[in-house]
Amino acid sequence: MAKRVHAVLIPAALVMVAPFAWQIVTSLKTLSEATQVPPSLLPSGRWENYGRMFDLLPFGDQFLNTVLMAVGRTAGQVLLCSMAAYAFARLRFPFKNVIFGVFLSVLMVPPQLFVIPQYQIMADLGWLNSIQALIVPGLFSAFGVFLLRQFFMSLPKELEEAARLDGAGPVRVYWSIMLPLARPGLVALAVLVLLWSWNDLFWPLVVNTDPEKMTLSAGLASLQGQFQTDYPVLMAGSLLASLPVIAVFVFLQRQFIQGIAHTGIKG
Amino acid sequence: MTLTTTRSGAAHAAPVKGKDRSRRSEALWGLAFIAPTGLGLAVFYLWPVLQTAYFSLTEWGAFGGHTWTGFDNYLRLAGDPEVGQALRNTLLYTALGLAAIPLAIVFAALLNVKGLRGVGAYRTLFFLPVVTMPVAIAMVWRWLYNGDYGLINHLLALVGLDGPNWVSDPATALYALVVVGVWSSLGYNLIIFLAGMQAIPKEYYEAAAIDGAGPIRQFFKVTVPLLSPTAFFVSVVSVIGSLQLFDLVYVMSGSGAAARANPAFPRLQTVVQLFYDRAFVTNDRGYAAAIVMMLLVIIIALTVLQFRLQRRWVHYG
Repeated sequence: MAKRVHAVLIPAALVMVAPFAWQIVTSLKTLSEATQVPPSLLPSGRWENYGRMFDLLPFGDQFLNTVLMAVGRTAGQVLLCSMAAYAFARLRFPFKNVIFGVFLSVLMVPPQLFVIPQYQIMADLGWLNSIQALIVPGLFSAFGVFLLRQFFMSLPKELEEAARLDGAGPVRVYWSIMLPLARPGLVALAVLVLLWSWNDLFWPLVVNTDPEKMTLSAGLASLQGQFQTDYPVLMAGSLLASLPVIAVFVFLQRQFIQGIAHTGIKG
Repeated sequence: MTLTTTRSGAAHAAPVKGKDRSRRSEALWGLAFIAPTGLGLAVFYLWPVLQTAYFSLTEWGAFGGHTWTGFDNYLRLAGDPEVGQALRNTLLYTALGLAAIPLAIVFAALLNVKGLRGVGAYRTLFFLPVVTMPVAIAMVWRWLYNGDYGLINHLLALVGLDGPNWVSDPATALYALVVVGVWSSLGYNLIIFLAGMQAIPKEYYEAAAIDGAGPIRQFFKVTVPLLSPTAFFVSVVSVIGSLQLFDLVYVMSGSGAAARANPAFPRLQTVVQLFYDRAFVTNDRGYAAAIVMMLLVIIIALTVLQFRLQRRWVHYG
């Protein structure tokens, strides 16, 4: 049984990996090696292709912009969503269910409907081509609130009640009891937001058109057409741009997969 | 402590008042905790939806002002062949993406085989494209699909076939795009199906085994029906995601001058791509707003349709 299963899974796994393998091989070739027929499987090791990315694009700036955007949105969402989620899960306040319903309604709207007015706001604030334009609209997330609320609801109440009897207010309970208990949920949200932000294209493409202010995804996309013949350099650039998140994934695999499976089932 | 002893004279009234006050303070804290996200969602998400609906009824001038034009944009939309083509492309892409869902179920079932070794490694490999930047994925696949030097045509040449220029041939471009879409979302669907399968109680399989059902029969008689709620969820998410396709196609089809040079561009362009072009390239924002309102209606309609149809095929245990 197991043998037959592997006989199907191994070729399938090869299909999944082959594009990455070919990307790495090509990234180390010269242009003439990449366009020779039949193709060579072993590249001559042209590591300069990786450096060439920095000539074609302000790659260092774009890398930094992407890090700031991803980290900014992630930190912001983990804090702001967990605060709102705690309130919805545990505190009593007027119109709670109505407000929660309004929050959820955001989830049902395709994100393209927000883009034109968001762009107007950025233009009015003079924020086009800035880091804050990349971060600020992404600080608020109905999805994050929903995910963490479900998580808080599943936590036992005993510790919290004990703390309240000791005179702890909502802020203390949130900060010293709920957040530590909710760590797996917070990590799941953080890895998802990090992944989505890093790979996001539409919004960065729209707000930051100045090459120094672009993110990696928009910068890389701007190369197609322009330098479409120099595939080895493009492969090197694509690898550099996607590698950080792949590395995070390899280290935090369990959280990634749990986050996806969790939101998948509960969402 | 000192405070309570000195005020002990009013002790009998204190508990009620104290409870009242703590209730009010809890309500205030509750509102304060939701305030940042609430205001952010109102400013950047809720109000913009209404604004976009309003913009769809206006026309934008060259210098940013807009005038009320009623339903003109929608009438224009109905007669615009480019919109029609983009819609057909998007719907075909969506339908083919749905057709690939059984593939994820089969691979999830294979990974779920008891005592299989290397499950973790397989799962990682299948999941790799899910975490990879779509722009990078599109770049790599454009290279694989390259008509003259692409790996795919090299491999086809080994068996004597002459492959086309996949992404610039109107006959193959959309299918080439679908393959990339399926390849990159397979891992995501697989993880969700795997989680769904692991939630199926072992007793069902044991009972089926006692009745003499082999692994294949168990798959069709136990796994598939019990997995149908998960399949329903995946199909809803997949349709919504496919209808909004942008990143992959933006790079695969080319944009700007590269798009104009690609004869297959009209066969690739999706609704969201058209929206991007009208909103931020030609600055025809009123029309762009109408395009995206149309997308909203289509998404709602197809989601409602799926919920209606689920009675026919989804079994809730």
